[in-house]
Order: sequence, then C-alpha cells, then structure tokens
Amino acid sequence: MTMATEQSERPDLKLAPETGEVLFDIKDLEVYFPIQQGFFKSMVATEKKYVKAVDHVTFQIKKGEILALVGESGCGKTTTGRTLLRLEDATGGEIIYKGKPVQKFSGKELREYRKKAQIIFQDPYNSINPKQTIFDIVAEPLEVNNVCSSEREKEDRVITAISEAGLRPATEYLYRYPHELSGGQRQRVCIAGATVLDPDVIVADEPVASLDVSIRNDILKLMVEEKEKLGVTYIFITHDLSLAWVISDRIAVMYLGRIVEIGDTEEVVANPRHPYTKALISVIPVPDPLAKREHVILKGETPNPVDIPSGCRFHPRCPEAIDVCSEIDPEDVHIGGDHYAACLRIK
Amino acid sequence: MARSATKAKPTSEKKPIERVEHEGLLDVRNLTTYFKLGVGDVKAVQDVSFTLQRGESLGLAGESGCGKTTAALSLLKLLPENGRIVSGDILFDGRNLAKRTEYGMSKIRWKEISIIFQGAMNALNPVKETGKQVAEPIQLHEGLSEKQAMVRVRELYDLVGINPKRVMDFPHQLSGGMRQRAMIAMSLACNPKLVIGDEPTTALDVMVQAQILELIARLRKELDLSFILISHDLSVMAETCDKGVVMYAGEVVESGTTTDIFNHATHPYTRQLIKAFPNIHEKREMVSSIKGDPPNLISPPAGCAFCPRCDERIASCETEHPGLTEVERGHFVRCVHAKARTMDGFVPGDEAAPDQEGV
Repeated sequence: MTMATEQSERPDLKLAPETGEVLFDIKDLEVYFPIQQGFFKSMVATEKKYVKAVDHVTFQIKKGEILALVGESGCGKTTTGRTLLRLEDATGGEIIYKGKPVQKFSGKELREYRKKAQIIFQDPYNSINPKQTIFDIVAEPLEVNNVCSSEREKEDRVITAISEAGLRPATEYLYRYPHELSGGQRQRVCIAGATVLDPDVIVADEPVASLDVSIRNDILKLMVEEKEKLGVTYIFITHDLSLAWVISDRIAVMYLGRIVEIGDTEEVVANPRHPYTKALISVIPVPDPLAKREHVILKGETPNPVDIPSGCRFHPRCPEAIDVCSEIDPEDVHIGGDHYAACLRIK
Repeated sequence: MARSATKAKPTSEKKPIERVEHEGLLDVRNLTTYFKLGVGDVKAVQDVSFTLQRGESLGLAGESGCGKTTAALSLLKLLPENGRIVSGDILFDGRNLAKRTEYGMSKIRWKEISIIFQGAMNALNPVKETGKQVAEPIQLHEGLSEKQAMVRVRELYDLVGINPKRVMDFPHQLSGGMRQRAMIAMSLACNPKLVIGDEPTTALDVMVQAQILELIARLRKELDLSFILISHDLSVMAETCDKGVVMYAGEVVESGTTTDIFNHATHPYTRQLIKAFPNIHEKREMVSSIKGDPPNLISPPAGCAFCPRCDERIASCETEHPGLTEVERGHFVRCVHAKARTMDGFVPGDEAAPDQEGV
C-alpha cells in the first residue's frame, strides 16, 4: 500500500507537506535540572550532578502538523514540550520560532509568544478552576492578554471557541461550573481555553490519558478538526504509540532525553528502524486474539537520567546491541524522506 | 491465648459445609448487586452469570461505570457499606460465597481468591516495608511468624522478578512496575486458586505493561491459576484472556471465548467498542467513538439499555428487554438481532431462556 493511496482515501489525516513551512527549529536543545545535594556531599563531590531530562535534541516542527512525542515516563517528552513554551528554561541549545530564538524573548515579545503558544494538560479534573464558570475559564486568557476591545467581542470569541470545541449550543454551557460537566466536556473546555487566543501552536500533554475510550476518540477527532480548520500546530505528547499513530502526521520517539527516531507516522510504524521503536510497536496490544505476534519485551527499566549509559544510551537494554554500541553515541541516520533514526546498526 | 481460642471455636463447632455441585472452579449465577443511595438503588450489576474453569482466564470489559469492578468485588464481598448482593449465587469450589458470613469470607479472601488492585502506589501502605506487607496475609492465614513468612516473601519476590534483597524497601523506593510486581507477589502469597486483576496494568507504561502481562501469563501457567482480568482496554483482554464478558449498564451484553467476541462480535456495543481501539497492524483510520452516555442505573431503561446509543435499533428495542441468545456454542449475545446473526448451521440446544445460561 503506497502512501499516496492512503492519503487520498483519508483526507482528514493528510500528511504535512514535506516542504512545509518550519514553525519551530530546535537545535541541540538541552534541559538539565541540577540535583540538590546535602552539605557534606556537596563538599566532597567533584562535580555537580544533573538530571538530563532533554539531552541534545534536534528536530523541526512544521506549520499545521500534529507532531507526536512518544516515549515512556521519564523520557523527557513533557520537558521538551514545556521548554518549547518557555515554561522551563533550556540550559543549552536553541529554539527558533519563526526565525527568532525563544529563549531570548522578554517583555512584550514574550507576552506575544505566550498568546501564540498554548498548552492542554493531562487531567481536566485538576487543570481548571472549580469555582469559575466555563465563561470565566475560557475568557481568562483574553482578559490577561487584554486583547478584546469590548465585552461584546470577548463574549463572541468565547462563544466561538466553546462551540468549536464541540460544546454546542455554547450558550448553554457558559454559566455552568466544571463539576456539572463530564471529563470529556471538561477537556473540551480546556481546549476552548487554549484556542480562544488563536494560537499557532498547542502543546497537548497526554490530553486523553485520563478519559474513557469512548470519549477519548472524540477529543482526538477534535484535535484533528481544529488542526484542519484553524491551522493550529499540535505537539501531541503521549505514551501511547497507537494513539499517536491514529492522529499524528509525524512521530518522534524519545528515549532517555534523546529522540531516537523521527519521521512520517505511517513510515515509522510500518518500517521502524530503531530497536527501541521496534520493541515499542511490538508490544502494543491489538484487539484481535488471533493475531499472534512476536513481542519484543525489553528487560529492566529505563535507566536513571542522572547516569546516562555510555555510547548509545539504549545499549544496555537493546536486543540488537553489538560491542561498539557501548562506545559510540550514534548520530541520526537519514533513512529517506523525513525519516531519521539514531542507531549504529543502520547501514 | 484468648484470641486464638475464640478463633478456633467456630471451626470446631462448624458443621461440615454443604458442598454444592457446580461447573468449573467458579460459577457465578444471576449475580445482582445494588448500591443504596438516598434517591434509590443503583443497579450496578444485574443478572450476571459466567463460569471459570481451573487454569482459565476470563476478561471483564466495558466502559467506566458498567459494573465490571462491582461484579468482581461482589465475588469477594468487598463491597462498600451501601452495597449489597441482592440475589444470585457465587459458587466457588463447592461453596456458595453469596451465602457466606463475613467470618466465612475472611477464610476465603487471599487464601483462595486474591486480588491485584489498580494503583499499586495507593494500594500499598507507604510507611511499611513492601516485604512486610506481602508477609501479612501469610502470617494471618498460615499462622507463621514474621521471620518465617519473610522466607516465603523472598521466594515470591524472586518468582515475580524483583531482587529478593529489596524486601525491606518502602513503596516509594520501588518503580511503578516493581510496585505492581510486589502487588502480584502479595496476591500469590497464600497460593490462591483464583486471582482477580482489577486493571492491573492501567497506570503503567506500554513496555512495563507488556512485562507485567507476560509475568501474569507465566505465573498462570506455572501455578495453574485461574485469572479474572478487569480491564477497560479490550486489546489487553484480547491478548491475555481465554474467555471474555462484555458488560454494559450492569448487564452482560456479550460473552464467549475471546475469539467469539473479537472475531465474531455480534452485539452492536461490542462492535463499537472494538472499533474504538486502534489496531496498529491494519489500515490507519480515525478511531470511532460511541455517541451518548451510558444510562442512569437508578432507573435503567425498560427496553434494551444500549438502545439510545445504538445504530441498529428498531422500534421494539425501546420497550422490550432482550434476553441472552446463544449464537454459536458458548457465545451469548443480548440483542434482538442476535437470532438473525446466529452462526450458519448452529442450532442452539434449547431456545435460551433469558436468565438461565452462563458462558
């Protein structure tokens, strides 16, 4: 099955054009968190220790795409997303947004950037204020940024955002409180709050992890719709590769602070090249008991991001590791199209 | 010792327990469980029947609030205070658990039926060493001292793949996967015949989930365990269970072997639920969702509970409550269309009466 036929059959999932405009150019991004040490240790220790949450990551985000950041807990996917929004400070490297470095933003420029870059959190039960009405929640970003010239305009924008997020008729929801809504509806309120400022990019951090299956799919659909209609770029952070596969245009697989494989979603899933991606795909359960598949179950757990293994960081758990893997840190290998993987064994 | 004397008394006076003949290791018949609320009874589980053979695994699946956890907790009578088993029989290894007293149940819990809870972080006591927690049921049921029990705990840790040296670790010192392994070790502490896993892998990463499911599969084989998996994730059920029960609004809507359920799904709800899960080995498409919400269980609809959300409903669905129909051997479906969808050439022995059959 070629990509071209896939694309024509599924217009709602079309791929970002290969030559798409680059919205973010992330170069060698590094986010280290220092470890607080006790008095005695800090006297004795020769060097300061860091949690290397994001360890030299380079990738691009194209305008109007859904890029999925996939990986296990602690792989640095959330930190990457938060750093893009300037919610964490990078300790090294650059994030270039529309030609300008995000880390250097301050004052007015930073406030403008905050309007253009929004976030949706995982848990809609804790991320919205239970004492505010839906109207207040969604209107807050408009008030904080002082973008509306009149009350009338504010109301219009709130109503548009709420109904675009799928709560229709919007007027019925305006003066309700979060406890009157179900989990899925709350997540829609969060999405309305994120889109009300017409952002360029939304970081969706596990937006469906706490929702039931039947609601989960509606939220995913909504993300795809808003991407198409409003041209929002989504960074979809998830631990579930199968969900990433359903809605994203490109997938970046992270392991221990590094992107080990990145590329067009269908290409990465159909033809994974990095052993970690291969293992992740092999263990995704499928709703078909007759499908007898080989599970590649990795031993042990992700190592501590304080002491990252030498050479390839995946080598202690890699089923395909060879001797050199413990010595050389692999560079990205270009596989074709948008597809890159960092493994020494790719020829 | 006064305490042991009072404990021993009921056992010595006890009449030999009447053994009930039944099928398999566990035979649940028409189990009905309600929760009492101010506004009325929540009919959480209604008329649920299934059987489980020794060494078999059964999956209970459905959306949140469909009654799967309540059904499983009813087996152990671990219901909250306002919950009660209204009717039905739970026949386990020759005894009827539904008629057992609290004292009688305490002899069954953990010794014969144990449970792995969902969030291992919340299920474990944060201020007690995990090993000592695992030792507790051994001390209680087998009357061993803590020191003697710890020997067994070390064996258990080894069995579930945790380094036995870590028995004295507190829960926060273990990773999520290891905590879940410790929970599994605890569930196996007294060599139970049946283990219930209540969403045992839900909060875990995919790779850790695969490790835990592999561990459960290995233990089941080695120890000849029967296993009930409660999961909202149908794909996990497809991969681990022999049989499945799909629940909706407190009722069984479809039951049979996992192949019956996944490859010949007959109930519209089961079909829609399966479609809600992406299958990464097939063509990529947007997963579909099930419109609407489950019904209010205080006053469930008179007709088919799934009717308002069903694509295939006909006029009679709103008024007539469908019974279970056998569509192929051992495969039951609660739907008006079931008879028309019976597998070619299959003639059910008896036209199934709504309330009498199990899996």
